[in-house]
Amino acid sequence: MSTQASNAPSVELINVSRRFVSPTGKSLTALHNFSMRVDEGEFVAVVGPTGCGKSTTLNLITGLNKPSAGEVRIFGQPINGIDRRIGFVFQTDALFPWRNVIDNVVAGPMFRGRPKAESYQVARDWLSRIGLTKFEHHYPHQLSGGMRKRVSLAQTFINEPKILLMDEPFSALDVQTRVLMHEELLKLWAGSKASVIFITHDLEEAIALADKVYVLTSGPGTVKSVYPIGIPRPRVMAEIRYEPQFIDIAHTIWNDLRDEVQRSYRQAGLAA
Amino acid sequence: MTDITLEDRSTVPVGTSDAEIEQAALTSIRKRRQKVLFWRLTILVLLLGGWELSGRMNWIDPFFYSIPTSIVARLYEWITEGTSEGPLWYHLYVTMEESLAGFFSGAIAGVVTGVALGRNKMLSDIFSIYIKLINSVPRVVLAPIFIMLFGLGLGSKIALSFVMVFFVVFSNAFQGVVEADRNMIANAMILGANQWQLTRHVIIPSAMSWIFASLHVSFGFAIIGAIVGEFVGSRYGIGLLINIAKGSFDASGMYAAIIIIMAVALIAEYLMTAVEKRLAKWRPVPQHDMH
Repeated sequence: MSTQASNAPSVELINVSRRFVSPTGKSLTALHNFSMRVDEGEFVAVVGPTGCGKSTTLNLITGLNKPSAGEVRIFGQPINGIDRRIGFVFQTDALFPWRNVIDNVVAGPMFRGRPKAESYQVARDWLSRIGLTKFEHHYPHQLSGGMRKRVSLAQTFINEPKILLMDEPFSALDVQTRVLMHEELLKLWAGSKASVIFITHDLEEAIALADKVYVLTSGPGTVKSVYPIGIPRPRVMAEIRYEPQFIDIAHTIWNDLRDEVQRSYRQAGLAA
Repeated sequence: MTDITLEDRSTVPVGTSDAEIEQAALTSIRKRRQKVLFWRLTILVLLLGGWELSGRMNWIDPFFYSIPTSIVARLYEWITEGTSEGPLWYHLYVTMEESLAGFFSGAIAGVVTGVALGRNKMLSDIFSIYIKLINSVPRVVLAPIFIMLFGLGLGSKIALSFVMVFFVVFSNAFQGVVEADRNMIANAMILGANQWQLTRHVIIPSAMSWIFASLHVSFGFAIIGAIVGEFVGSRYGIGLLINIAKGSFDASGMYAAIIIIMAVALIAEYLMTAVEKRLAKWRPVPQHDMH
């Protein structure tokens, strides 16, 4: 990586479009002329109304899907298959239910062929970092939603991703747990220097976490506007949403987002 | 505990201690268990007693219907003195050998084929029509063909057991693979799993509950395959005993053979459940209500 130009952004989407064609031949445009740039170590949040193609962008970056038009680059290189520098945290539970906590965390290094003893060593280290050492031998169904999310984070971070993609990772959690998870995430992120793309429909979550917030239009999604978030770090998650600066920013962005949300709501109403 | 309060007439009076409530719940659980056991036994006794009585009173012809006591006598005779065709244990051994061989070969082939076709859309599109075609053949009519092909010995019975088991296990394994969670697969791939690791560590474990469901049923099918095979032509086996009993109008003999098969199938089912429980210890225990 160091051989590549250091000014190449971690992730770059250039005029990307993505169309789905249903078996009956109908085509649906999820993304249209979408451009985005994430610099190294930057935390970017993407907000937008439901069905605006937020999750589609992430699948393009992982290489699981290919763009219909345009180009996606990672560290200046076009994407070729699944990149090892990428980590992904899913919205729903993607832990392996038949593996206990430690075996879930160790999955990444083991898949990538690191020696067993070493992998478990590192996995134990990550478990202690997320405070779940005592739950090493528990199965996912025996844990609370917040704990499962922490295991997911450890499972992803253990691979030391340079690009971290998060698809509404905390949307299934209750509000209190979510704030704790924000705290946890920022802590882990600060230690990793990864670039993050964080998809969410929760504007406050986006502002609290990110350096930059992308607002998308309702489907087909394009970038409507980009807001830099100037709140200094380290941020205190439990308090941040009561600070005047935060409220100002939230107000500005919401004015922008509201139109899109209403438009998407009307569209859904027409379609139904 | 809520269920108990709902079912029993008593709402617990204010001031009852937790220990007392727990005690009451335990008592009610025990009572319920006894009640279930009591009715099970009663029904068994009534059925067998009714059968015995009707036979003895000549309401039904014991020559054709037999009666429980003579079935037990026949079983006892078979166990202690052996059958007219040699020792009972040998026949049982042969039938079990055929069933187990058919079961394991069919199950393994079924899982392998199911996983292979489930993982490969192209293969499944090509072969699904053939599998449907072969599957529509009633299995039992294959018995004479297999006997012609593989002779009167072990081979023909194993082949019949195999086809009985294969399709059940195959279709369940296939379904299990197809229904594996997409996010989980994507997660494994991004974590770095190659295709083989994906199959081995994600696809097969997640299809496992489907596969086990089919194994429960298919062991019974394996026994059916073996017995029908023996029935059509063989020198040993429980099926042969039934066939001979039929030929000599020995109703007790036929029922005795059926009881032996029932016992074997029940034991196999019990073992299978035990194995499944061990393998599936990661699954959430269903919340038992307190009864």
